[in-house]
Amino acid sequence: MNEAERLVELIPRLRRYARALAGDRATADDLVQDTLERAWTKLHLYRRGTDLRAWLFTVMHNVHVNRVRAKRATDPLDEEMPELASRASQGDALLVRDLDRAIARLPEEQRAVLLLVTLEEMSYDEVAQTLAIPIGTVMSRLSRARDKLRAMMLGGVAAKLKVIK
Amino acid sequence: MTDETQVTEAELHAYADGRLAPERRAAVEAWLAARAEEAERVADYHRLGGALRAAYDPLLEEPVPARLERAARRGAGWRRFAVAASCAVLGFALGVAAGWQLGGARPAPAAVSDSLIMARRAAIAHVTYSPEVRHPVEVGADQEPHLVAWLSKRLGVKVRAPKLEEAGLSLVGGRLLPGESGPVAHFMYQTQNGRRLTMYVRAEPSKNRETAFRYSRENNVGVFYWIDRDSGYALASADLTREELLNVATLVYKQLEP
Repeated sequence: MNEAERLVELIPRLRRYARALAGDRATADDLVQDTLERAWTKLHLYRRGTDLRAWLFTVMHNVHVNRVRAKRATDPLDEEMPELASRASQGDALLVRDLDRAIARLPEEQRAVLLLVTLEEMSYDEVAQTLAIPIGTVMSRLSRARDKLRAMMLGGVAAKLKVIK
Repeated sequence: MTDETQVTEAELHAYADGRLAPERRAAVEAWLAARAEEAERVADYHRLGGALRAAYDPLLEEPVPARLERAARRGAGWRRFAVAASCAVLGFALGVAAGWQLGGARPAPAAVSDSLIMARRAAIAHVTYSPEVRHPVEVGADQEPHLVAWLSKRLGVKVRAPKLEEAGLSLVGGRLLPGESGPVAHFMYQTQNGRRLTMYVRAEPSKNRETAFRYSRENNVGVFYWIDRDSGYALASADLTREELLNVATLVYKQLEP
């Protein structure tokens, strides 16, 4: 299978990760498109025989970080996060919305680790390689991301108030 | 007691993720059994993972948008074309230069390769412009009469934009391109879900040649091309199948008959 076919095959997974990372569908698909385009210009840096998926997620991570940085520079108001939903989820749509909001409140670097571990089901080593950080950093970011998310999603009213405060 | 000090935070996460080495599982479970709060926390980690997958996994089943598939495929085409194209163009330029030096006494050695060059150029134009989201064309379909009049004037032959609704394709618009021996008209069509086809039209100096339909696959781009009297045509698409492309080519050919 050539690279184009393998890239096409990986699109659904890139979209899933991008959707959780970026928060909305249009931004996510733009991110996937930028990633694929970047991947083609950087393909000479990819070593054949190594994991194309991990490499592609590295490319996406870099594209995403650059986009976030560029956006922050031009749009400081965007820092403000939406308020959390004040009640428990009812049904899928609410669950997705609550998760989107909760994930959006995580620091960028914690979000990436959490999503690669839970959605992509990468091993901690793979996450470390993909994000070019030490394994210890992966574990501490994962731990912090989970505790925050837990407080936001499952912690009950008291915990939510504490987080929002 | 020794077990307790050995259970690390990392192991709790690995346990929640179902990745803990089997030989450590019993120790972690025993540790958790004695700590309700910690056990609750680890169970929540596990539940959150499930919630994340439940929320975002449906995206895996959705059809891939055409623009993303194009982005994934086009690099392959583009790179190899760039090489093929530079060779073809260079070859042609050398041929032309040689021809000039010989006072034009010798016609191009092979008319076949000349139309194949057209097909390649059409494929290059296709991979260049069809991924464009904002600027796929110079003049939009809303100004079709102007577009057609302008391109006809520049090519010096009557150019038309065929109606391809029957094949599910509507005109996006067109642009003028440089060809190997003069300006070229380039039309773009697309289906409702964004699959694109481009038509490359050049003026034929001989005015009276006719060739059969030929098909060439330039990596991921299929091209049907033919020469009909004063014009050469090449239909290119990375999105349509060969059958669909042939169907469109037949439609175009019929419509362009005088």
